[in-house]
Amino acid sequence: MKTIPFNQLQETLYHQTMDNGLDVYVLPKKGFNKTYATFTTKYGSVDNHFVPLNGSENVQVPDGIAHFLEHKMFEKEDRDVFQDFSKQGASSNAFTSFTRTAYLFSTTQNVMQNLETLVNFVQDPYFSDQSVEKEKGIIGQEIEMYNDNSDWRAYFGVIENMFHHHPVKIDIAGTIESIAKITKESLYTCYETFYHPSNMVLFVVGAVEPNEIMSFVEENQAAKSYKDQPPIERFFDSEPKTVAEKKKVLPMSVQVAKCLVGFKEPNPGRQGKDLLKHELSINLALDLMFGQSSENYEKLYNEGLIDQSFSYDFTEEENFGFSIVGSNTSSPDELANRLYEMIQSFRNESVDTDQLERIRKKKIGSFLRALNSPEFIANQFTRYRFNDMDLFEVVPMLESITAKDIEEAMKGHFAEDSFTVCQVVPKG
Amino acid sequence: MAIIPHEKTSCGGLTLHRIQTDKYKTTTVVVQFKARLTKETVTKRALLPYVLQSGTKNYSSSKAVRTELEKLYGATLGVDLAKKGDFHVMTFRMDFANEKFLSEDEPLFKKALSLLSEVIMNPKTDGSGFDSSIVDKEKRTMKQRIQSIYDDKMRYSNMRLTQEMFPNEAFGLHIYGEKEEVDGVTAQSLYDYYKKVCAEDEIDLYLVGDLEGVHAEEVVKELFPFQERSDRKSETTEKASLDVEEKEILETQEIKQGKLHMGFRSGVGYADDEYFALQVFNGMFGGFSHSKLFRNVREKESLAYYAASRYESHKGLIIVMSGIEFKNFKKTVDIIKEQLTAMREGDFNEEEMKQTKTMIRNQLLETVDDAKGMVELLYHGVVSQKLRTIEEWLDGVEAVTKEDILAVADKVKLDTVYFLKGEEA
Repeated sequence: MKTIPFNQLQETLYHQTMDNGLDVYVLPKKGFNKTYATFTTKYGSVDNHFVPLNGSENVQVPDGIAHFLEHKMFEKEDRDVFQDFSKQGASSNAFTSFTRTAYLFSTTQNVMQNLETLVNFVQDPYFSDQSVEKEKGIIGQEIEMYNDNSDWRAYFGVIENMFHHHPVKIDIAGTIESIAKITKESLYTCYETFYHPSNMVLFVVGAVEPNEIMSFVEENQAAKSYKDQPPIERFFDSEPKTVAEKKKVLPMSVQVAKCLVGFKEPNPGRQGKDLLKHELSINLALDLMFGQSSENYEKLYNEGLIDQSFSYDFTEEENFGFSIVGSNTSSPDELANRLYEMIQSFRNESVDTDQLERIRKKKIGSFLRALNSPEFIANQFTRYRFNDMDLFEVVPMLESITAKDIEEAMKGHFAEDSFTVCQVVPKG
Repeated sequence: MAIIPHEKTSCGGLTLHRIQTDKYKTTTVVVQFKARLTKETVTKRALLPYVLQSGTKNYSSSKAVRTELEKLYGATLGVDLAKKGDFHVMTFRMDFANEKFLSEDEPLFKKALSLLSEVIMNPKTDGSGFDSSIVDKEKRTMKQRIQSIYDDKMRYSNMRLTQEMFPNEAFGLHIYGEKEEVDGVTAQSLYDYYKKVCAEDEIDLYLVGDLEGVHAEEVVKELFPFQERSDRKSETTEKASLDVEEKEILETQEIKQGKLHMGFRSGVGYADDEYFALQVFNGMFGGFSHSKLFRNVREKESLAYYAASRYESHKGLIIVMSGIEFKNFKKTVDIIKEQLTAMREGDFNEEEMKQTKTMIRNQLLETVDDAKGMVELLYHGVVSQKLRTIEEWLDGVEAVTKEDILAVADKVKLDTVYFLKGEEA
C-alpha cells in the first residue's frame, strides 16, 4: 500500500493496485459519520463501438446500453441489490456519464459489509430476457422525464449541434426505439468487455481505516478468477473540427426562453498534465469573462439578457471537449450574438493580471470547499484518474498557470467555426 | 461528545448558534430571517434578499460585492427563500476558506463576516428608499424567476397541488411571490418593509466550522447590531385541518410524461410525539427504495422511473410524486391508494420496520456531515419551538412501534390528486 500525504490540505490518500489490475484508493475523513464508496468502470455512453472480449470483429451496440446495463446490475436472480444495501443501513445508487459508469453507496454503519456487497454485486451480473423487458418500461419513463426537461434538452441540443459523428451527441439513456433493441446477450457482451477489474477504480472515503479496506479487497479479489485482459479496442470515427449544426431552436411548453452557446474543442486528445492545464486554463478564462465580478456579466444582467440561471462550464475527456455558456433569457438571439462577440473580443485581448490573481484565489477557495464533500472527492478523483490526471494536483496547477497559458488556451479553444447555438423557446 | 456540538446564545436582537467542528475546510455562516407567510408580504419578502445582495453603501454594485468575495479566496454568498410551515424564511448563506489550509496565512473570519454585515445591514439607498435601479433590475429578474416555475413541470405540479390544497390559506402561496404584485413594489415600499424585517423578524445566525480562537459573540454583536425584539412571539404553525373532501384536478399542457402529485394530510408535525412514527410511516410508504411505492409502482408494474413520497415537517403533509404515461393515470392512483390501505392494515413486517429505521438513522447522520444540513436540522427546532438533539431524534425513531405507525397511517387522509397530462390523453 502506498501512502500519499498532502500536507497543506491535511489529507492522506492510500493506494494499492490489486493483482488483477483493480486500483483501490482510500481517503480517511476525520470527524465524518459517513462513508462513501464508488466502484467505477471506464465505460460510458460513448463506448458503443468496440471489439468484444475474445471477439475478433468490432461491434456497434444500441444507444443507451451502458446506462441500461447500469440499471440491470442491481437485479439478481433471487433479489434486488437495493434491498441488500438498505437492510445493511446504506443507500445505494449508480450513474452513467459519457465516459464512466459508477456504482456507489453511502452509509454510517456496517461499512465493510456494504463494501463487500458493492464489490460483489458489480462483479456478478445476472440478466434474463424477462427482466430486460421489464426495465424498458422504467427507463422509457426516465427518457420521457428528460424529454420534458427544458434545461436538459437545451444542454443536449447544443452538444448534438457540435458533433458530426462522435457518440457524445447521443443521449446517455438512448431513445425508446434504441433501447427496444437491447437484449440479454448484448448486455453480457458489454459487461464482459468493460467490467474487468483492470478497467475499474474503487474509491472509499469517510470514516474508514485504510489497512482494513485494502486487506479486505485483496482477499476478495484473490478469491475471484479473473484472467488478464488485453487492452480494450474502442473505435471513434474521425471527427471534423467544425460543428455539425450552427443553430437549433426547440419549441417547448415553457414561458421563459433559454439560450445556450457552445464551443467544440477543435483539438482534443490531451491526457494527464496537459489536459489538467488546458481544462483549468479554459475554466479560468470563463471565470474571467463571465464570472459574477466581470464586466460582461454586469452588462448582460443590467440589460436584462440573463438572470441567475446564467452558467458556464468547460469539460474535456480523452477524445472530445466543449464549453457551454447560457441562461434563461427574454431575447435568445441577442444573447447568442452578445456572448459570441464578448468571447471573441476577450480572446483577442491580453489577460489582466490583477483580475487573474483574484480569480485564482477564488478557484483555490472553491476547491477547498469541494473537499468538504466525500461525493465530490470520490467522483472527481476517479474521473481525473481515468484521464491520467491527479485531483490533488489542482491547487499546484492553479498556482502555476500564467496569463500567457490562458491566452494560448483560448486561442485554440474558442475558434470561430467551433461555435454553435441551441435555444428553447415558448411553443405557439 | 454530542453529534452536533451546538451552543446557543442571545446576541442582541438575534440568536447566535455556534457549532465548533474541525471536519470542514471552510467556515459556514447562515442567517435566517423568519416571519409569517402572508399575501401582503410574500412578494416584497421574495424580492428583498435579491436586492440586498446587489449593492451596499461601500460596495455599490453586485459586481463590487462579487469582487470582494473573490478577494476572500472565493467566499460564496447566496440568498434563498423557503416555506417552513406557516413561515416565509429568508436565508443568507456565506462560506469561506479556513486560512489554515491556504499557503498564505490570511485571517478571513472577520473580513468575511464584515462583508456579510455590509450586505444585510448597510444596503445601498437613494434618498429614503433603496437604490431604484437595483430594485428595477431585480423586479425584472424576479418575474422571470416566477415564470420559470412553469417550465419545470415537477415544480409546477407541486405548486399547483399546494394551491389546490390550500386555496384560501397563506400556505397556498408560492415563496417566489405573486407575479401581478411585482410591479406595485417600489424602492420606497420595499425599504420600509426592510426596516420592519430588521425590527421584527426572528433572526438566527449559525456559525459552523473550526472557530477555536474566534471571538464569535463579540464579532457578531458588533457587526449585526439588531435591536432587541420587544416581544418574542411564540408563534407556531397551525397544522392542516383533516376535515377535507378528496378532490381530483386535471390539467393539460404539451408534454410527454404525465406528472402525478397526490397531497395527503397527516395532522402530525415536528413538535408532536407522533413525528417519529410519521417519519417511519413515510419511509415505508414511499421514502426509500424498499418502500411500497417504489416496489409496486416502479419495480413490479414498471409504470414509472420515480414513485416516492415525502413529508412536510410543520404543516403535517405527505406528498406523493410519480412520472407516468398519461394512460396509466387511473391505474397508478389505484395502486398508490392500495399501498396506503396496506399500510393502514399493518401489511408490513418487523424487517421492513427495522430497515426503515436504519435508513432514517443513516440519513440523519449523513445530513449532519454537511454544514448546511446541520443548520437545516437545527432550524426545525426554531420553527417548531421544540428543541431536540440529534440523539433524541435517533432514539425517538428507534422506539417507534407497529401500533404507532398504524395510528399515524390511520390519520393520513387524501386531500388532492393532481395530474398534469399531455394533449392527446
